Amino acid sequence: MLTKPDIEPSGEGAAAQVGEPLVEATGLEVHFGLRGGLFSRFSGGPAGAVRAVDGIDLTLRKGEVLGLVGESGSGKTTLGRTLIGLTKATAGSVSYRGQDITALGERGLRPLRRRLQMVFQDPHASLNPAMDIRTAVGHPLRIHNLVADDREYEARVVDALERVGLTPPERYLGKFPGDLSGGQKQRAVLARAIIAEPELLVADEPISMLDMSVRAKILQLMLDLKRDLDLTYVYVTHDLASAKFFCDTIAIMYLGRIVEYGPTEQVFADPQHPYTEALLAAIPEPDPERALPRELPRGEIPDAARPPMGCAFHPRCPVAVAACGWEARDLRTLLENRWLELAPEAASREKSLFADVESLAADGQSSVAIAPGRGHTPEDVLEYLRHLREEASEAEPREPFWHGVVTMHAENGRAVVEFAPPRDPRLSLIPATGVQVACHLREPVGSTTGT
Amino acid sequence: MTEPVLSVRDLRVWYGTDRGPVRAVDGVTFDVRPGETLGLVGESGCGKSTLGRGVLGLTPAAAAVDGEVVLRSTGGAGRNLVGLPAKEIQRLRGPELGLIFQEPMTRLNPLMRISQHFEEALRSHEKGLSKQEIRTRALESLRGMGIPESRYRSYPHEFSGGMRQRIMIALALVLRPAFIVADEPTTALDVLVEAQIIKILADLRKNFDTSLVLITHNLGIVAEACDRVAVMYAGHIVEQGDAREVFANPQHPYTRELLRSTISLSTTGLHYIPGSPPDLVEPPQGCRFHPRCPVAMRGCATVEPPEVVLPTGVVSACWQQAIEAEPSLVDELGPGGREPLAAVEEISVADEA
Repeated sequence: MLTKPDIEPSGEGAAAQVGEPLVEATGLEVHFGLRGGLFSRFSGGPAGAVRAVDGIDLTLRKGEVLGLVGESGSGKTTLGRTLIGLTKATAGSVSYRGQDITALGERGLRPLRRRLQMVFQDPHASLNPAMDIRTAVGHPLRIHNLVADDREYEARVVDALERVGLTPPERYLGKFPGDLSGGQKQRAVLARAIIAEPELLVADEPISMLDMSVRAKILQLMLDLKRDLDLTYVYVTHDLASAKFFCDTIAIMYLGRIVEYGPTEQVFADPQHPYTEALLAAIPEPDPERALPRELPRGEIPDAARPPMGCAFHPRCPVAVAACGWEARDLRTLLENRWLELAPEAASREKSLFADVESLAADGQSSVAIAPGRGHTPEDVLEYLRHLREEASEAEPREPFWHGVVTMHAENGRAVVEFAPPRDPRLSLIPATGVQVACHLREPVGSTTGT
Repeated sequence: MTEPVLSVRDLRVWYGTDRGPVRAVDGVTFDVRPGETLGLVGESGCGKSTLGRGVLGLTPAAAAVDGEVVLRSTGGAGRNLVGLPAKEIQRLRGPELGLIFQEPMTRLNPLMRISQHFEEALRSHEKGLSKQEIRTRALESLRGMGIPESRYRSYPHEFSGGMRQRIMIALALVLRPAFIVADEPTTALDVLVEAQIIKILADLRKNFDTSLVLITHNLGIVAEACDRVAVMYAGHIVEQGDAREVFANPQHPYTRELLRSTISLSTTGLHYIPGSPPDLVEPPQGCRFHPRCPVAMRGCATVEPPEVVLPTGVVSACWQQAIEAEPSLVDELGPGGREPLAAVEEISVADEA
């Protein structure tokens, strides 16, 4: 299994303060059950589950800024929430200072909540429009019974407002969220998050709703708060650029799993996973000397209720190998993409070789029996597929799909395509870098099967 | 030089409010040439979306529009869209003008199949097409965006966000407009999908010679996808010119500060512009950026800067460059007009955006 990341971030400054483990997740899973009816209509199978978080191990140390980075649907927000007990884990554990918080009920969690706070993405939505700033920011004090009287309450609120730069505080105490700008609201939200003296703050896209000229200000404020209050951050974002600046450690997520995890500098300087590489290459930069790469990963992040076999990134990966988990629906995607490029007549001629292309959509099939279309034999289908394979091996870049096809033969009037058995890539440490990566291409020599 | 498809001259779009008119677009001038992509950037509230709408004649009835928006169709003479009856403009939408909206999730009707969206668009803009022709045109357009024929009769919810945005683009393209406004077409999308859409837009101008105005707050997208860029601040275009030139050597202090405060992969320190964009009901006198400008002079607070064409072809509206280009202009700033303005340090969080 996994080795715990022994992260000694190479960065200077912030990294020096990184200390003892604060939160540890082991085998963490959060699966959201789907109700039967609707789902089985599409899949033909029994009700499934969305694997929002699917087997994650990580260690967050005191004073660290951990970035959870991924596209929407990668499970980064769910993971962030689960780390502080806001979402229940379905398996595995999260321990905070040695105490397993997944086993705690609401009553047991309550005293911990003031130590584990959250900042949400949308400052407009996370403040009650009918609560003035005095009430909203001080609310945690009332909930946790932290103040003896109104004078102390007022003093604590004023102090929190000063810390987040809403000065002079008197000017803001009586205001309502509607009177504040986006940046001021996010400052108020931060004031509310720090007022109960937390140790860990999970910030879910805290700057993505703000204007560019304000983003840097809020990030700077978060850095100041971290320094003054000795905070630890989990920074959830889809924005690699701000994560690069802000985080000590970064975990790149894809479909509920961490695919790359290590010191930020190292990950950005030498990305190991093809997904990380693709993400970095795709960021539009205001630099006229740089252009987007011509080869971008195809498609979008798949449905987490029906994750691809093996490595979840393989259908989009330009360098996938045999063991990455090729299956029947990848063949369908391949054919459909080919037909999109062809003239309509040629496409429909090729399509008529198959009785029903839709039937290839079922997930989790390591071999598939294709019924030939009317007036065609299985041999026709095989010949066509072999032709495609040959064409692909001459093309550049090569189509990785064909690496995964082991045999193609005719059987009982059908063309049978068998795929290489899938293997799940495991997060493994790359020596001398402190980076863990889950990719077959980066596994230690000896354990990879040939391409 | 080829004649521009679209010439906007001194366009103003004002909205009425209780406190007086909001000058969302206040005297804007630019051209778009055939096959060219113009990026329109600025922060929220700078008037960039209003400008996009104003060009297409899509401003709400309560808005007052003044100025000139001249559209030149292929071969034909130009006609001014401002003041044209709604019916006339409606006839131009489709064959001449197209719009790609922000947030494809909310712009497709969830109760209509993709096929019905295309039928509606083609029927209302090109009367007399047969059912078969509509189908052929729609499928051709969808195929260009990578949507397979088998999805033609699906509903919007059956598609992912990126596919929905590609369907929106296909819907605009099916009418073969010569000129398209794309309003934040990638804002709700993930990085990889965003890059895919930018490529599609780049291919568009290569393959169809379509002119595009791309409205965005993301400077990176402009750098990747646009030939020219216009930077907006408080209802004005403060700098416009060749995108590479503007990004390599930003001239206007606002462009410079905006580029510096953008967090990119090469960011090593945080920088930000103090204060917030002005209230467009009572915009500041003189240069609208002067209260936040690090190099503002006394005169900037009283006299509006002229637009100066620099040797690189970049047009900038800033006194610093104006005086450099034409030293005699210094008289307009009045006595002591070149003294630095010291107000900038006074801005606190109170005025923050």
